[in-house]
Amino acid sequence: MNPQELKEKLEALLPSPTFEEGGEWTTVFVDPATWAGSARLLRTTKELDLDYLFCVTAVDWKTHFTMVFHLSSTTHRHTLVVKIKLDHEHPEVATVSDIWRTAEFHEREAYDLMGVVFTGHPDLRRLFMTDDWNGWPLRKDYEDPVNMIKL
Amino acid sequence: MIEEVGTTELGELVVNLGPQHPSTHGVLHLVITLSGETIKKVEPHLGYIHRSIEKMCESLSYRQFIYVTSRMDYLSSHINNHGCALCVEKGMQIEVPPRAKVIRVLMDELTRLASHQLWWGAMAMDVGALTPFFHAFREREAINDIMEKTCGARLTMNYMCPGGVSFDLHPDFQKEVKAFLAFFRGKLDEYDELVTDNVIFQGRMEGVGYLSREAAISYGCSGPTARASDVSCDVRKLSPYEVYDQVRFEEVTGTGGDCFARYNVRMGEMRQSMAIIEQLIDNVPEGEFQAKTKAVLKLPKGEFYSKVETARGEFGVYIISEGATTPYRIKFRSPGFSNLSALDHMARGHKIGDLVAIMGTLDLVIPDIDR
Repeated sequence: MNPQELKEKLEALLPSPTFEEGGEWTTVFVDPATWAGSARLLRTTKELDLDYLFCVTAVDWKTHFTMVFHLSSTTHRHTLVVKIKLDHEHPEVATVSDIWRTAEFHEREAYDLMGVVFTGHPDLRRLFMTDDWNGWPLRKDYEDPVNMIKL
Repeated sequence: MIEEVGTTELGELVVNLGPQHPSTHGVLHLVITLSGETIKKVEPHLGYIHRSIEKMCESLSYRQFIYVTSRMDYLSSHINNHGCALCVEKGMQIEVPPRAKVIRVLMDELTRLASHQLWWGAMAMDVGALTPFFHAFREREAINDIMEKTCGARLTMNYMCPGGVSFDLHPDFQKEVKAFLAFFRGKLDEYDELVTDNVIFQGRMEGVGYLSREAAISYGCSGPTARASDVSCDVRKLSPYEVYDQVRFEEVTGTGGDCFARYNVRMGEMRQSMAIIEQLIDNVPEGEFQAKTKAVLKLPKGEFYSKVETARGEFGVYIISEGATTPYRIKFRSPGFSNLSALDHMARGHKIGDLVAIMGTLDLVIPDIDR
Protein backbone atom coordinates (compact mmCIF):
# COMPACT_ATOMS: atom_id res chain seq x y z
CA MET A 1 0.00 0.00 0.00
CA ASN A 2 1.41 3.41 -0.85
CA PRO A 3 1.49 6.12 1.84
CA GLN A 4 -1.69 7.83 0.57
CA GLU A 5 -3.73 4.60 0.55
CA LEU A 6 -2.32 3.70 3.93
CA LYS A 7 -3.45 7.02 5.31
CA GLU A 8 -6.98 6.69 3.93
CA LYS A 9 -7.26 3.17 5.29
CA LEU A 10 -6.12 4.28 8.74
CA GLU A 11 -8.57 7.19 8.75
CA ALA A 12 -11.39 4.76 8.10
CA LEU A 13 -10.15 2.24 10.63
CA LEU A 14 -8.86 4.06 13.71
CA PRO A 15 -10.73 6.44 16.01
CA SER A 16 -9.59 10.02 15.22
CA PRO A 17 -6.01 9.40 14.05
CA THR A 18 -3.69 12.37 13.55
CA PHE A 19 -0.78 12.20 11.16
CA GLU A 20 2.69 13.61 11.38
CA GLU A 21 4.27 14.80 8.15
CA GLY A 22 7.87 14.90 7.09
CA GLY A 23 9.04 11.46 8.12
CA GLU A 24 10.27 8.71 5.85
CA TRP A 25 7.27 6.53 6.66
CA THR A 26 3.61 7.21 7.40
CA THR A 27 3.44 8.28 11.03
CA VAL A 28 0.22 8.19 13.02
CA PHE A 29 -0.58 9.34 16.54
CA VAL A 30 -2.83 7.03 18.50
CA ASP A 31 -4.64 7.85 21.72
CA PRO A 32 -3.22 5.76 24.60
CA ALA A 33 -6.71 4.76 25.71
CA THR A 34 -7.48 3.12 22.36
CA TRP A 35 -4.03 1.64 21.70
CA ALA A 36 -4.86 -1.99 22.58
CA GLY A 37 -7.85 -2.07 20.22
CA SER A 38 -6.09 -0.10 17.49
CA ALA A 39 -3.07 -2.39 17.64
CA ARG A 40 -5.24 -5.43 17.14
CA LEU A 41 -6.91 -3.77 14.14
CA LEU A 42 -3.53 -2.94 12.61
CA ARG A 43 -2.43 -6.54 13.03
CA THR A 44 -5.59 -8.30 11.86
CA THR A 45 -6.92 -6.09 9.05
CA LYS A 46 -6.13 -7.96 5.82
CA GLU A 47 -5.13 -4.90 3.78
CA LEU A 48 -2.72 -3.69 6.47
CA ASP A 49 -1.43 -6.97 7.94
CA LEU A 50 1.23 -5.25 10.05
CA ASP A 51 2.72 -8.40 11.51
CA TYR A 52 6.33 -7.40 12.08
CA LEU A 53 7.16 -5.13 15.01
CA PHE A 54 10.81 -4.28 14.55
CA CYS A 55 11.52 -1.39 16.86
CA VAL A 56 10.00 -0.04 20.06
CA THR A 57 11.34 3.24 21.40
CA ALA A 58 10.42 5.33 24.40
CA VAL A 59 11.34 9.01 24.18
CA ASP A 60 11.44 11.42 27.09
CA TRP A 61 10.32 14.88 25.92
CA LYS A 62 10.51 16.34 29.46
CA THR A 63 6.84 17.39 29.30
CA HIS A 64 5.57 14.04 28.10
CA PHE A 65 6.74 10.65 26.86
CA THR A 66 6.30 9.26 23.40
CA MET A 67 6.21 5.56 22.65
CA VAL A 68 7.24 4.86 19.07
CA PHE A 69 6.31 1.55 17.47
CA HIS A 70 7.84 0.74 14.09
CA LEU A 71 5.65 -1.77 12.30
CA SER A 72 5.92 -3.35 8.90
CA SER A 73 4.12 -6.00 6.91
CA THR A 74 5.93 -9.05 5.61
CA THR A 75 3.26 -9.57 2.94
CA HIS A 76 2.61 -6.00 1.69
CA ARG A 77 6.04 -4.58 2.56
CA HIS A 78 4.74 -1.25 3.86
CA THR A 79 5.90 0.38 7.07
CA LEU A 80 3.91 2.33 9.62
CA VAL A 81 5.17 4.30 12.59
CA VAL A 82 2.76 4.56 15.50
CA LYS A 83 3.34 7.17 18.17
CA ILE A 84 1.59 7.38 21.50
CA LYS A 85 1.84 10.43 23.74
CA LEU A 86 1.97 9.59 27.42
CA ASP A 87 1.65 11.68 30.54
CA HIS A 88 5.00 12.49 32.20
CA GLU A 89 3.81 11.90 35.74
CA HIS A 90 2.19 8.52 35.15
CA PRO A 91 3.31 7.09 31.83
CA GLU A 92 1.00 4.15 31.35
CA VAL A 93 -0.27 2.33 28.29
CA ALA A 94 -1.70 -1.08 27.46
CA THR A 95 0.67 -3.84 26.46
CA VAL A 96 0.74 -5.28 22.94
CA SER A 97 2.81 -8.31 23.88
CA ASP A 98 -0.19 -10.54 23.18
CA ILE A 99 -0.32 -9.24 19.59
CA TRP A 100 3.38 -9.13 18.75
CA ARG A 101 5.31 -11.51 20.99
CA THR A 102 8.53 -9.55 20.59
CA ALA A 103 6.91 -6.63 22.41
CA GLU A 104 7.26 -8.52 25.69
CA PHE A 105 11.02 -7.92 25.70
CA HIS A 106 10.88 -4.50 24.13
CA GLU A 107 8.31 -3.26 26.62
CA ARG A 108 10.36 -4.59 29.49
CA GLU A 109 13.27 -2.59 28.15
CA ALA A 110 11.16 0.58 27.94
CA TYR A 111 9.94 -0.02 31.48
CA ASP A 112 13.43 -0.66 32.78
CA LEU A 113 15.12 2.35 31.22
CA MET A 114 12.28 4.89 30.94
CA GLY A 115 9.78 3.81 33.56
CA VAL A 116 6.85 3.43 31.18
CA VAL A 117 4.29 1.06 32.68
CA PHE A 118 2.58 -1.40 30.35
CA THR A 119 -0.70 -2.58 31.83
CA GLY A 120 -1.50 -6.22 31.27
CA HIS A 121 2.12 -7.14 30.55
CA PRO A 122 2.72 -10.75 31.67
CA ASP A 123 6.11 -10.15 33.26
CA LEU A 124 6.91 -6.47 33.74
CA ARG A 125 10.25 -6.47 35.54
CA ARG A 126 13.58 -4.78 35.05
CA LEU A 127 15.53 -6.27 32.18
CA PHE A 128 19.03 -4.80 32.17
CA MET A 129 19.32 -3.07 35.55
CA THR A 130 19.31 -4.98 38.81
CA ASP A 131 15.95 -5.49 40.53
CA ASP A 132 16.79 -3.03 43.33
CA TRP A 133 17.89 -0.22 41.01
CA ASN A 134 16.45 3.22 41.72
CA GLY A 135 15.30 5.53 38.94
CA TRP A 136 14.95 5.30 35.17
CA PRO A 137 18.36 5.73 33.52
CA LEU A 138 17.31 6.94 30.07
CA ARG A 139 15.16 9.77 31.38
CA LYS A 140 16.53 13.23 30.79
CA ASP A 141 16.41 14.22 34.46
CA TYR A 142 18.23 11.10 35.65
CA GLU A 143 21.30 11.74 37.75
CA ASP A 144 23.74 9.13 38.98
CA PRO A 145 26.89 10.69 40.43
CA VAL A 146 28.57 7.30 40.90
CA ASN A 147 28.13 5.55 37.58
CA MET A 148 27.69 8.42 35.15
CA ILE A 149 30.67 10.23 33.72
CA LYS A 150 29.87 13.67 32.32
CA LEU A 151 31.93 14.71 29.34
CA MET B 1 15.77 -17.13 42.53
CA ILE B 2 14.57 -18.63 45.82
CA GLU B 3 11.03 -17.41 45.19
CA GLU B 4 11.04 -19.02 41.77
CA VAL B 5 12.03 -22.36 43.24
CA GLY B 6 9.07 -21.98 45.59
CA THR B 7 6.62 -21.49 42.71
CA THR B 8 7.66 -24.52 40.69
CA GLU B 9 5.56 -27.64 40.69
CA LEU B 10 6.60 -30.81 42.45
CA GLY B 11 9.61 -32.43 40.79
CA GLU B 12 10.61 -29.34 38.84
CA LEU B 13 14.08 -27.95 39.17
CA VAL B 14 15.46 -24.50 38.53
CA VAL B 15 18.97 -24.41 37.08
CA ASN B 16 21.15 -21.43 36.33
CA LEU B 17 23.09 -21.54 33.07
CA GLY B 18 25.65 -18.78 33.04
CA PRO B 19 26.47 -15.93 33.30
CA GLN B 20 29.89 -17.57 33.06
CA HIS B 21 29.03 -20.63 31.05
CA PRO B 22 31.21 -21.38 28.01
CA SER B 23 28.26 -22.12 25.73
CA THR B 24 26.59 -18.75 26.27
CA HIS B 25 29.56 -17.02 24.58
CA GLY B 26 29.53 -14.06 26.86
CA VAL B 27 27.73 -13.06 29.97
CA LEU B 28 24.24 -14.33 29.33
CA HIS B 29 22.39 -15.76 32.30
CA LEU B 30 19.61 -18.25 31.63
CA VAL B 31 17.31 -19.48 34.37
CA ILE B 32 15.97 -22.81 33.21
CA THR B 33 13.03 -24.61 34.74
CA LEU B 34 13.43 -28.33 34.25
CA SER B 35 11.21 -31.31 34.71
CA GLY B 36 13.64 -34.17 34.77
CA GLU B 37 15.87 -33.25 31.89
CA THR B 38 13.16 -31.58 29.83
CA ILE B 39 13.02 -27.82 29.59
CA LYS B 40 9.78 -26.25 30.81
CA LYS B 41 10.83 -22.64 30.59
CA VAL B 42 13.90 -20.58 29.75
CA GLU B 43 14.20 -17.10 31.13
CA PRO B 44 17.09 -14.93 29.98
CA HIS B 45 18.49 -12.52 32.57
CA LEU B 46 20.28 -9.69 30.81
CA GLY B 47 22.35 -6.70 31.73
CA TYR B 48 25.68 -8.15 32.78
CA ILE B 49 27.35 -6.12 30.07
CA HIS B 50 24.83 -3.27 29.82
CA ARG B 51 26.74 -0.03 29.34
CA SER B 52 23.80 2.20 28.46
CA ILE B 53 25.22 2.98 25.06
CA GLU B 54 22.04 4.83 24.07
CA LYS B 55 22.49 7.23 26.98
CA MET B 56 26.19 7.65 26.22
CA CYS B 57 25.42 8.54 22.62
CA GLU B 58 23.21 11.41 23.75
CA SER B 59 26.32 13.28 24.86
CA LEU B 60 28.52 12.33 21.90
CA SER B 61 28.72 14.16 18.60
CA TYR B 62 27.59 12.59 15.33
CA ARG B 63 31.19 11.72 14.49
CA GLN B 64 31.98 10.26 17.89
CA PHE B 65 28.95 8.06 18.55
CA ILE B 66 29.78 5.75 15.66
CA TYR B 67 32.82 4.47 17.51
CA VAL B 68 30.75 3.28 20.44
CA THR B 69 28.65 1.09 18.18
CA SER B 70 31.65 -1.10 17.32
CA ARG B 71 31.38 -2.27 20.91
CA MET B 72 27.87 -3.59 20.52
CA ASP B 73 28.00 -6.40 18.00
CA TYR B 74 31.77 -6.67 17.99
CA LEU B 75 31.69 -9.37 15.30
CA SER B 76 29.84 -7.05 12.91
CA SER B 77 31.52 -3.83 13.91
CA HIS B 78 31.93 -2.64 10.32
CA ILE B 79 28.25 -3.15 9.64
CA ASN B 80 27.18 -1.41 12.84
CA ASN B 81 29.36 1.57 11.92
CA HIS B 82 27.86 1.43 8.46
CA GLY B 83 24.30 1.65 9.76
CA CYS B 84 25.14 4.68 11.88
CA ALA B 85 27.00 6.40 9.06
CA LEU B 86 24.02 5.82 6.76
CA CYS B 87 21.66 7.36 9.27
CA VAL B 88 23.80 10.48 9.71
CA GLU B 89 24.18 10.74 5.92
CA LYS B 90 20.42 10.48 5.52
CA GLY B 91 19.95 13.36 7.94
CA MET B 92 22.70 15.53 6.48
CA GLN B 93 21.90 14.51 2.87
CA ILE B 94 25.52 13.63 2.19
CA GLU B 95 26.20 11.90 -1.11
CA VAL B 96 28.80 9.17 -0.62
CA PRO B 97 31.38 8.82 -3.44
CA PRO B 98 31.14 5.59 -5.49
CA ARG B 99 34.53 4.36 -4.32
CA ALA B 100 33.49 4.58 -0.68
CA LYS B 101 30.26 2.73 -1.42
CA VAL B 102 32.10 -0.22 -2.91
CA ILE B 103 34.71 -0.24 -0.14
CA ARG B 104 31.92 -0.30 2.42
CA VAL B 105 30.18 -3.25 0.82
CA LEU B 106 33.47 -5.14 0.51
CA MET B 107 34.20 -4.57 4.18
CA ASP B 108 30.67 -5.54 5.19
CA GLU B 109 30.87 -8.82 3.35
CA LEU B 110 34.32 -9.62 4.70
CA THR B 111 32.94 -8.94 8.17
CA ARG B 112 30.00 -11.22 7.51
CA LEU B 113 32.38 -13.96 6.41
CA ALA B 114 34.56 -13.53 9.50
CA SER B 115 31.52 -13.49 11.77
CA HIS B 116 30.02 -16.62 10.21
CA GLN B 117 33.39 -18.35 10.45
CA LEU B 118 33.56 -17.68 14.16
CA TRP B 119 29.95 -18.78 14.54
CA TRP B 120 30.66 -22.01 12.68
CA GLY B 121 33.61 -22.89 14.88
CA ALA B 122 31.89 -21.95 18.11
CA MET B 123 28.69 -23.71 17.12
CA ALA B 124 30.51 -26.96 16.35
CA MET B 125 32.32 -26.63 19.66
CA ASP B 126 29.01 -26.19 21.47
CA VAL B 127 27.77 -29.52 20.21
CA GLY B 128 30.99 -31.29 21.05
CA ALA B 129 33.39 -30.99 18.11
CA LEU B 130 36.49 -29.08 19.10
CA THR B 131 38.54 -29.32 15.88
CA PRO B 132 36.32 -27.05 13.70
CA PHE B 133 36.98 -24.21 16.12
CA PHE B 134 40.66 -24.22 15.21
CA HIS B 135 39.89 -24.49 11.51
CA ALA B 136 37.53 -21.53 11.71
CA PHE B 137 39.97 -19.39 13.64
CA ARG B 138 42.78 -20.11 11.22
CA GLU B 139 40.67 -18.85 8.30
CA ARG B 140 39.27 -15.95 10.26
CA GLU B 141 42.80 -14.83 11.03
CA ALA B 142 43.38 -14.21 7.33
CA ILE B 143 40.44 -11.79 7.22
CA ASN B 144 41.57 -10.09 10.41
CA ASP B 145 45.00 -9.54 8.88
CA ILE B 146 43.44 -7.96 5.79
CA MET B 147 41.30 -5.72 8.00
CA GLU B 148 44.24 -4.77 10.16
CA LYS B 149 46.25 -3.55 7.20
CA THR B 150 43.52 -1.23 5.98
CA CYS B 151 41.66 -0.23 9.15
CA GLY B 152 44.40 -0.57 11.75
CA ALA B 153 42.19 -2.71 13.94
CA ARG B 154 41.17 -6.33 14.08
CA LEU B 155 37.91 -6.23 15.99
CA THR B 156 36.52 -2.74 16.60
CA MET B 157 37.25 -1.26 13.21
CA ASN B 158 35.82 2.27 13.39
CA TYR B 159 36.55 2.53 9.69
CA MET B 160 33.28 3.92 8.38
CA CYS B 161 32.52 7.56 9.00
CA PRO B 162 29.83 9.96 7.81
CA GLY B 163 30.62 10.66 4.16
CA GLY B 164 32.61 7.54 3.36
CA VAL B 165 35.46 5.70 5.00
CA SER B 166 38.25 7.06 7.20
CA PHE B 167 41.14 6.27 4.88
CA ASP B 168 41.83 4.60 1.57
CA LEU B 169 42.36 0.90 1.01
CA HIS B 170 45.80 -0.52 1.61
CA PRO B 171 47.64 -1.07 -1.74
CA ASP B 172 47.78 -4.83 -1.04
CA PHE B 173 44.06 -5.08 -0.26
CA GLN B 174 42.84 -6.41 -3.61
CA LYS B 175 45.66 -8.90 -3.99
CA GLU B 176 45.20 -10.25 -0.48
CA VAL B 177 41.44 -10.54 -0.71
CA LYS B 178 41.72 -12.49 -3.96
CA ALA B 179 44.29 -14.80 -2.39
CA PHE B 180 41.97 -15.29 0.57
CA LEU B 181 38.98 -16.12 -1.63
CA ALA B 182 40.95 -18.74 -3.52
CA PHE B 183 42.12 -20.22 -0.24
CA PHE B 184 38.75 -20.14 1.47
CA ARG B 185 36.70 -21.63 -1.36
CA GLY B 186 38.29 -25.00 -0.81
CA LYS B 187 37.95 -24.61 2.93
CA LEU B 188 34.17 -24.23 2.71
CA ASP B 189 33.91 -27.62 1.04
CA GLU B 190 36.11 -28.96 3.79
CA TYR B 191 33.73 -27.46 6.36
CA ASP B 192 30.88 -29.35 4.74
CA GLU B 193 32.77 -32.63 4.79
CA LEU B 194 33.91 -32.13 8.34
CA VAL B 195 30.68 -30.98 9.96
CA THR B 196 27.65 -30.54 7.67
CA ASP B 197 27.68 -34.09 6.31
CA ASN B 198 28.42 -35.63 9.70
CA VAL B 199 25.43 -37.76 10.70
CA ILE B 200 26.05 -37.27 14.41
CA PHE B 201 26.01 -33.53 13.92
CA GLN B 202 22.86 -33.73 11.82
CA GLY B 203 21.26 -35.80 14.52
CA ARG B 204 21.93 -33.03 17.01
CA MET B 205 20.51 -30.37 14.66
CA GLU B 206 17.54 -31.77 12.79
CA GLY B 207 14.15 -31.19 14.34
CA VAL B 208 15.64 -29.27 17.26
CA GLY B 209 14.51 -25.76 18.17
CA TYR B 210 11.73 -25.47 15.64
CA LEU B 211 10.59 -21.94 14.90
CA SER B 212 7.55 -21.59 12.67
CA ARG B 213 7.23 -18.80 10.12
CA GLU B 214 4.45 -17.13 12.13
CA ALA B 215 6.47 -17.31 15.36
CA ALA B 216 9.58 -15.94 13.68
CA ILE B 217 7.60 -12.92 12.47
CA SER B 218 5.77 -12.43 15.76
CA TYR B 219 9.00 -12.56 17.75
CA GLY B 220 10.54 -10.00 15.42
CA CYS B 221 13.33 -12.35 14.37
CA SER B 222 15.58 -11.28 11.54
CA GLY B 223 18.69 -12.42 9.77
CA PRO B 224 19.52 -16.11 9.25
CA THR B 225 17.30 -17.02 12.21
CA ALA B 226 14.18 -15.76 10.44
CA ARG B 227 15.29 -16.75 6.95
CA ALA B 228 15.63 -20.38 8.05
CA SER B 229 11.91 -20.19 8.87
CA ASP B 230 11.15 -19.01 5.33
CA VAL B 231 10.78 -15.33 6.16
CA SER B 232 12.27 -13.20 3.43
CA CYS B 233 13.83 -10.37 5.43
CA ASP B 234 17.24 -9.56 3.97
CA VAL B 235 17.62 -5.78 4.19
CA ARG B 236 20.17 -5.96 1.39
CA LYS B 237 17.37 -7.20 -0.90
CA LEU B 238 14.31 -5.45 0.52
CA SER B 239 15.72 -1.94 0.81
CA PRO B 240 19.12 -2.04 -0.85
CA TYR B 241 21.74 0.41 0.34
CA GLU B 242 25.07 1.32 -1.28
CA VAL B 243 25.65 -1.00 -4.26
CA TYR B 244 23.69 -4.05 -3.13
CA ASP B 245 21.17 -3.47 -5.93
CA GLN B 246 23.95 -3.68 -8.51
CA VAL B 247 25.52 -6.98 -7.46
CA ARG B 248 24.11 -10.42 -8.12
CA PHE B 249 23.49 -12.51 -5.05
CA GLU B 250 20.73 -14.64 -3.67
CA GLU B 251 18.87 -14.31 -0.43
CA VAL B 252 19.44 -17.67 1.23
CA THR B 253 16.29 -19.00 2.87
CA GLY B 254 15.30 -22.31 4.34
CA THR B 255 11.97 -23.92 5.15
CA GLY B 256 12.95 -26.24 7.98
CA GLY B 257 12.87 -23.71 10.80
CA ASP B 258 15.05 -25.99 12.92
CA CYS B 259 18.70 -25.75 13.95
CA PHE B 260 19.91 -27.48 10.81
CA ALA B 261 18.02 -25.01 8.60
CA ARG B 262 19.62 -22.09 10.43
CA TYR B 263 22.98 -23.75 10.08
CA ASN B 264 22.50 -24.23 6.34
CA VAL B 265 21.35 -20.65 5.80
CA ARG B 266 24.57 -19.33 7.32
CA MET B 267 26.70 -21.74 5.31
CA GLY B 268 24.90 -20.57 2.17
CA GLU B 269 25.40 -16.93 3.13
CA MET B 270 29.14 -17.43 3.28
CA ARG B 271 29.11 -18.48 -0.37
CA GLN B 272 26.91 -15.51 -1.29
CA SER B 273 29.24 -13.11 0.52
CA MET B 274 32.14 -14.54 -1.43
CA ALA B 275 30.21 -14.04 -4.67
CA ILE B 276 29.57 -10.37 -3.79
CA ILE B 277 33.23 -9.77 -2.93
CA GLU B 278 34.30 -11.45 -6.17
CA GLN B 279 32.10 -9.17 -8.27
CA LEU B 280 33.37 -6.04 -6.60
CA ILE B 281 37.01 -6.66 -5.86
CA ASP B 282 38.21 -5.82 -9.39
CA ASN B 283 35.65 -3.06 -9.82
CA VAL B 284 36.51 -0.61 -7.07
CA PRO B 285 36.00 2.76 -8.79
CA GLU B 286 38.75 5.32 -8.66
CA GLY B 287 38.15 8.62 -6.92
CA GLU B 288 37.52 10.03 -3.51
CA PHE B 289 37.00 7.67 -0.58
CA GLN B 290 35.24 10.29 1.51
CA ALA B 291 32.81 13.08 0.70
CA LYS B 292 33.67 16.57 1.87
CA THR B 293 31.73 17.21 5.04
CA LYS B 294 31.64 19.94 7.63
CA ALA B 295 33.88 19.48 10.65
CA VAL B 296 30.90 19.73 13.00
CA LEU B 297 27.81 17.85 11.92
CA LYS B 298 24.40 19.17 12.87
CA LEU B 299 21.47 17.01 11.92
CA PRO B 300 18.32 19.00 11.13
CA LYS B 301 15.37 18.68 13.48
CA GLY B 302 13.56 15.47 12.75
CA GLU B 303 13.72 11.71 12.87
CA PHE B 304 15.91 9.42 10.84
CA TYR B 305 15.88 5.66 10.67
CA SER B 306 18.27 3.51 8.72
CA LYS B 307 18.76 -0.21 8.69
CA VAL B 308 21.45 -2.57 7.55
CA GLU B 309 21.86 -6.32 7.48
CA THR B 310 24.49 -7.45 9.97
CA ALA B 311 25.68 -11.04 10.28
CA ARG B 312 22.92 -11.55 12.84
CA GLY B 313 20.06 -9.72 11.20
CA GLU B 314 18.48 -6.34 10.85
CA PHE B 315 20.32 -3.60 12.70
CA GLY B 316 18.39 -0.34 12.95
CA VAL B 317 19.56 3.10 13.97
CA TYR B 318 16.85 5.55 15.00
CA ILE B 319 18.04 9.10 15.59
CA ILE B 320 15.77 11.80 16.96
CA SER B 321 17.40 15.15 16.40
CA GLU B 322 16.54 18.53 17.83
CA GLY B 323 18.97 20.29 15.51
CA ALA B 324 21.91 20.14 17.92
CA THR B 325 25.38 18.64 17.49
CA THR B 326 24.38 15.63 19.59
CA PRO B 327 21.35 13.38 19.15
CA TYR B 328 18.37 14.04 21.42
CA ARG B 329 17.57 10.36 21.60
CA ILE B 330 19.11 7.45 19.82
CA LYS B 331 17.79 3.93 19.66
CA PHE B 332 19.61 0.90 18.37
CA ARG B 333 17.43 -1.93 17.18
CA SER B 334 19.77 -4.85 17.68
CA PRO B 335 19.00 -8.12 15.91
CA GLY B 336 20.17 -10.30 18.79
CA PHE B 337 17.68 -8.80 21.23
CA SER B 338 14.64 -9.83 19.19
CA ASN B 339 16.14 -13.18 18.23
CA LEU B 340 16.82 -13.98 21.88
CA SER B 341 13.19 -13.29 22.78
CA ALA B 342 12.25 -16.38 20.75
CA LEU B 343 14.63 -18.65 22.69
CA ASP B 344 12.06 -19.69 25.29
CA HIS B 345 9.57 -20.57 22.55
CA MET B 346 12.13 -22.70 20.70
CA ALA B 347 13.63 -24.49 23.68
CA ARG B 348 10.51 -25.74 25.46
CA GLY B 349 10.25 -29.49 25.45
CA HIS B 350 13.88 -30.05 24.52
CA LYS B 351 16.82 -31.17 26.65
CA ILE B 352 19.54 -28.91 28.08
CA GLY B 353 22.02 -30.20 25.52
CA ASP B 354 19.63 -29.09 22.77
CA LEU B 355 19.33 -25.66 24.35
CA VAL B 356 23.06 -25.23 23.82
CA ALA B 357 22.63 -26.22 20.17
CA ILE B 358 19.72 -23.78 19.76
CA MET B 359 21.71 -20.94 21.28
CA GLY B 360 24.56 -21.84 18.96
CA THR B 361 22.38 -21.48 15.89
CA LEU B 362 20.94 -18.18 17.14
CA ASP B 363 24.49 -16.81 16.98
CA LEU B 364 24.07 -14.53 19.97
CA VAL B 365 26.52 -11.76 20.72
CA ILE B 366 25.72 -10.57 24.21
CA PRO B 367 27.02 -6.96 24.07
CA ASP B 368 24.71 -6.54 21.08
CA ILE B 369 21.73 -7.60 23.18
CA ASP B 370 22.65 -5.68 26.33
CA ARG B 371 23.94 -2.53 24.59
